[in-house]
Amino acid sequence: MSVLVNKNSKVIVQGFTGTEGTFHATQMIEYGTQVVGGVTPGKGGGTHLEKPIFNTVADAVKQTGADVSIIFVPPAFAADAIMEAAEAGIGLVVCITEGIPVQDMVKVKNYLASTKTRLIGPNCPGVITADECKVGIMPGFIFKKGNIGIVSKSGTLTYEAADQIVKAGMGITTAIGIGGDPIIGTPTRDAVELLMNDPETEGIVMIGEIGGGMEAEAARWIKANSKKPVVGFIAGQTAPPGRRMGHAGAIVGGSDDTAAAKMKIMRECGIHVVDSPADIGKKMAEAMKK
Amino acid sequence: MNLHEYQAKELLKKYNVPVQEGFACSTIHEAEEAYRQIKNQFGSSFAVVKAQIHAGGRGKGTIKETGINGVKVAKNLEEVIDFSKKILGGTLVTIQTGPAGKVVNKVLITQDMYYDGPSPRKEFYLSILLDRSKGQNVIMYSTEGGMNIEDVAHDTPEKIFKEWVSPSGGLLPFQARKIAFNLGLSGEAFKNLVKFVTNLYNAYVGLDCAMLEINPLFKAADDKIIAVDCKMNLDDNALTRHADLSSLRDISEEDPTEVEAGKYNLNFVKLDGNVGCMVNGAGLAMATMDMIKLSGGEPANFLDVGGTANAQTVEAGFKIIMKDPNVKAILINIFGGIVRCDRVAAGVIEAYKNLGNINIPIIVRLQGTNAAEAKKLIDESGLKVQSAILLSEAADLVKKAVA
Repeated sequence: MSVLVNKNSKVIVQGFTGTEGTFHATQMIEYGTQVVGGVTPGKGGGTHLEKPIFNTVADAVKQTGADVSIIFVPPAFAADAIMEAAEAGIGLVVCITEGIPVQDMVKVKNYLASTKTRLIGPNCPGVITADECKVGIMPGFIFKKGNIGIVSKSGTLTYEAADQIVKAGMGITTAIGIGGDPIIGTPTRDAVELLMNDPETEGIVMIGEIGGGMEAEAARWIKANSKKPVVGFIAGQTAPPGRRMGHAGAIVGGSDDTAAAKMKIMRECGIHVVDSPADIGKKMAEAMKK
Repeated sequence: MNLHEYQAKELLKKYNVPVQEGFACSTIHEAEEAYRQIKNQFGSSFAVVKAQIHAGGRGKGTIKETGINGVKVAKNLEEVIDFSKKILGGTLVTIQTGPAGKVVNKVLITQDMYYDGPSPRKEFYLSILLDRSKGQNVIMYSTEGGMNIEDVAHDTPEKIFKEWVSPSGGLLPFQARKIAFNLGLSGEAFKNLVKFVTNLYNAYVGLDCAMLEINPLFKAADDKIIAVDCKMNLDDNALTRHADLSSLRDISEEDPTEVEAGKYNLNFVKLDGNVGCMVNGAGLAMATMDMIKLSGGEPANFLDVGGTANAQTVEAGFKIIMKDPNVKAILINIFGGIVRCDRVAAGVIEAYKNLGNINIPIIVRLQGTNAAEAKKLIDESGLKVQSAILLSEAADLVKKAVA
């Protein structure tokens, strides 16, 4: 089973012929992902990495039947790329691009609300279903097949968690890097819900960071719906307060913002919270034995 | 990117948002000239001298050297000169600057808004920012202006109103009217506030602000609605489409080490601890700081080297961390994905040799692609560098280093 992507996913790459797009498309093809083509406006009709290039996402969907898109378009044009993919009927859009202006994402979030498209990211490492399909920039070899799902805001911390899970004798179903931006397509709660409903996934690692209220929201959902053990970690226990958000932001964000507050809520909701990022694998092994 | 009050007000004027008028001055001579112009233009002998730094609480803060507050109302030219002398070049300490304070390089000489008139003067609060959970902009406002809004939120949350703005429709006229009604306005003041908030929202979106705060939002005795102060923070990611705004950056307001780190594309934040760290990825960097604390140390910095950890970036990172004499050990934590660990290890060795006299323990944890080869390179380098593969091993080495 797994979630979001699998060996049948047909993937197109937006920003296909750029440096990043080329490098990671190559890596994804090597991993076994079915990359069926790419989009670079103005280069349609040609081929790249032995796959067809299209001018528009709509053309790519019509010709290839693609249902997943991964975006490597520069920040100034990425919001447009996401909306173009949604308009063309792509079901899952994974946006890797870092540095998209916030007001662009306000528009995107509103636009997607009236479509059936799910967005992962932006500013994320992507999604990987072990041994089947990689739609992202993560090093594939770390993710050995198993029964643990991962949800994380951070790239390298996702790899760290996956590595510890594997070293502790388990493996990964699907790892979802949801992204670290203030506005993202799929919040922690939704990603956890996907994994909770996946019959192959038997345990979940949920990794968050300071800022926003997504982890608290996910924790409350888990308390009400949990059927599987969840191990949690929040990065930024030692981060100085107020470095990114002004006063007013703290009011809207509420008191769920700090690492300590999030960890407390997560514990109260029955999540196995680790203080040290070095204990994620060990804790999951313990939780699975119970 | 933070802006000064005087810069923010100039930008607001372009969007027809009425502001308390004034001139930014770096010398006493300029302050005198500014006062003369303001007196001519507005006919009052009163003016306000306002220290320009990137921090709030200026009115209640004091200049270390002279003991004077950062915002002063002057009755005449002599007082403008006296206050400017005592503020310019001084170090202003406010609740937001920390005890070190910030040096004042400019004062803003402004018109006095507290003139008499037919209706009572009032101070409100209004800010526009992003509500992350809804993915929408929200206008937050209160009748309790001129004070610390966090205190208002804590003591009297019922006095804070919020108006969410739909991304498709923008701020609608009925919403602007609702804000004016909730602030208890009528007549000319009501009309003026509706215009004010509509134009302010346009400025917020047009300038790609991350946060825009008007406190106090002032109703003058003649029913004018005026931004007396303005705190504006611009979205760094949007600066590429505002070429004119990038030049407003004031580097003297930023930590010099952080500015230097930025030149090497390193994301650095200075902290007060004793263990420096260098990590790839922001989440792992924060997690590494947490692990340092759990191992008995205190993180001396946040440093994300990003996707490319090579000899140049590692060397720059070393140099920046070691500027801090409190650092007793450095932990390098790289999870190699696309970046190969053996390349990073070679970079660490090269940087270490280039720098020569590193007298503190260096702990290098390399995991991921080619981790074993990397550990071998470090172990055989003959340098006083301790290597680890597992994060728990790195934690133990930190524990020993700070014990």
